[in-house]
Amino acid sequence: MSEHIVQPRIYIVIFLALIVGTALTVLAAFRDFPGPLNVVVAMTIAVVKATLVVLYFMHVRYSSRLIWLVIGSALFWLAIMFALTISDYWTRTWLPPI
Amino acid sequence: MPEGLATTHEASHSALQHHFENMEQQREAGTLGMWVFLVTEIMFFGGLFLAYTIYRYQYPAAFASASNHLDIRLGAINTAVLIVSSFTMAMAVYSTQIGKQRNTIICLILTMILGATFLGIKAVEYHDKYRDNLIPGQLIPGHPFNPVVAKPGDTDPHKLHLVEGATVRNVELFYWIYFAMTGLHALHMIIGLGIMLVLTIMAWRGRFGPEYHAPVEVSGLYWHFVDIIWIFLFPLLYLLGRHLEGHIG
Repeated sequence: MSEHIVQPRIYIVIFLALIVGTALTVLAAFRDFPGPLNVVVAMTIAVVKATLVVLYFMHVRYSSRLIWLVIGSALFWLAIMFALTISDYWTRTWLPPI
Repeated sequence: MPEGLATTHEASHSALQHHFENMEQQREAGTLGMWVFLVTEIMFFGGLFLAYTIYRYQYPAAFASASNHLDIRLGAINTAVLIVSSFTMAMAVYSTQIGKQRNTIICLILTMILGATFLGIKAVEYHDKYRDNLIPGQLIPGHPFNPVVAKPGDTDPHKLHLVEGATVRNVELFYWIYFAMTGLHALHMIIGLGIMLVLTIMAWRGRFGPEYHAPVEVSGLYWHFVDIIWIFLFPLLYLLGRHLEGHIG
């Protein structure tokens, strides 16, 4: 697989999207959404921004499947760490104290 | 010399290491290696993000009190500074790919200036915390965590405004997490600046070109990764505390 050269035009579009994302997340912080939506909005914007950086600035969109596998496994193991730990803390109060 | 060996090394380059078939394979291997390193970094920062999550879940009032003391303006400016630096880094990679050495050097220097700007603003923020006695524990000997708690109605921004249900001790816990996460992030930035300096010198000596620019490419991956960490740190540490205040107390 030969190297794919990402054109500056794409970098500029991604850069502008990231700046807009930052402005949006700051604006959203000064609005109050009901319940847990505040966290959902902030994290959705952050994940979209991070994905844009990974796919375009870090060229993953044009990289081999091996790279995708490495990143995917990292996210998978991260999810295991979060899921197991949070399930512990979350359920601690379910049982009455002995 | 056996026949065929010469054709294998047709695309030979002075930077080609003997254990690789060609520059393409060498570049791919380098990128993969960098990603494996970044995976360890994801897990390493992941542990801190997990600690943050548990803390926020257990002490929402203390989290809100401490988070609201951070300067959103400076945090937002720093986010923008890092995004611009990621853009200049991406342009540095592009410039080497098309063989524009001068542009590569300019982009690398711009990236370093922006990185240093980020660290400068971070230093201002750290100094603000120092002035308000918010450095946790005995991190600075003789300067313990000892914020002045504001009384109701007092709007002095240098005082700690406790949301109902928050204790000073749990606010201190927030600052441990804050300094651990932003401190490690800043350390990565400092290392990144060192890497950029080496790259600039290498580019100056004409080491890179369309055939060989793997060091710029993998350093770019590192720099963008550090940017991504901040993309998450900014909303989590600076912004989300604002909402909790209305719901508690």
